Amino acid sequence: MRHHLVLRVVAKLLLPCILLFALYTQFHGDYGPGGGFQAGVIFATGFILYGLIYGVENLSKVAPPGLVQGVAATGVLLYGGVGIAGILRGGRFLDYSVLLHNPIAGQHLGILLIELGVGMTVASVMITLFFAFTRP
Amino acid sequence: MDVLLLGFMVVTAIAVVRLRQLFAVVMLTGLFSLLSAGVFVAMDAVDVAFTEAAVGAGISTLLMLGCLALTTSSEKSVRHRTVPALLAITLTGACLVYGTLDLPDFGSPAAPAYNHVAPRYIHDSPREVGLPNIVTSVLASYRGYDTLGEVTVVFTAGVAVLLLLGGGLRRSEGDGDS
Repeated sequence: MRHHLVLRVVAKLLLPCILLFALYTQFHGDYGPGGGFQAGVIFATGFILYGLIYGVENLSKVAPPGLVQGVAATGVLLYGGVGIAGILRGGRFLDYSVLLHNPIAGQHLGILLIELGVGMTVASVMITLFFAFTRP
Repeated sequence: MDVLLLGFMVVTAIAVVRLRQLFAVVMLTGLFSLLSAGVFVAMDAVDVAFTEAAVGAGISTLLMLGCLALTTSSEKSVRHRTVPALLAITLTGACLVYGTLDLPDFGSPAAPAYNHVAPRYIHDSPREVGLPNIVTSVLASYRGYDTLGEVTVVFTAGVAVLLLLGGGLRRSEGDGDS
């Protein structure tokens, strides 16, 4: 893709917008449509676009495959960890109300953290799939 | 509006069946997903529509293109047409249509889905969870255990693809149980 000037310029313009929109979807899921799954997929799309235009080699410099796989596992662990934290603070598994003194604030914190875990896992798994499919 | 969208979907589906160039087929399946996202918006299910547009029209199209790069981009032509296959498909389709006859009407307030736990979610979630988007409350809090299972499934699928196609790393991944 060395010579596709238009594609390279347009991709460079689009990438920050895609990543910003993914973050908006991630953290605005409490108030509008969105959440970890959609945000993770959109975030991964940004990385895959970069990989398609600038080559998989450059993408693996930006996002090393080992690191991406680690993030995928960390997301699931974060989700489960929030559940365990609920047990440790005297509630039930995945009971967010006990995370903070105020139950509503606890729910907000719990949902924010588990959505972050979902987003991390989904984005990393999608990027991992792209790596697996494009490896010669 | 619904008829227009569904009509476009039927046309797209027929084109997908007829075409032999897989690149065009992948593009058309993306279009099909986008149209179904439009149908979901028309049904006021914006969260589902968002997911369909991002996953169906976005990333799966990209991953299918990746598959095409790995394999080949034109379908092998099949000359013989089998009657039993046509019969099986027609029978299955007829059964599915017969099954939909028992479903409650779209948006009917008497539907079981609206009378089980939904009133409690709508009534109590502002007090219990306090999020403006009740869909997020249900997915992340009331059904947090389900969503944990879904994330684990996504993670396990990623690990399975790595095991099958080889991710380049020889270190084995940890398992997804938490």
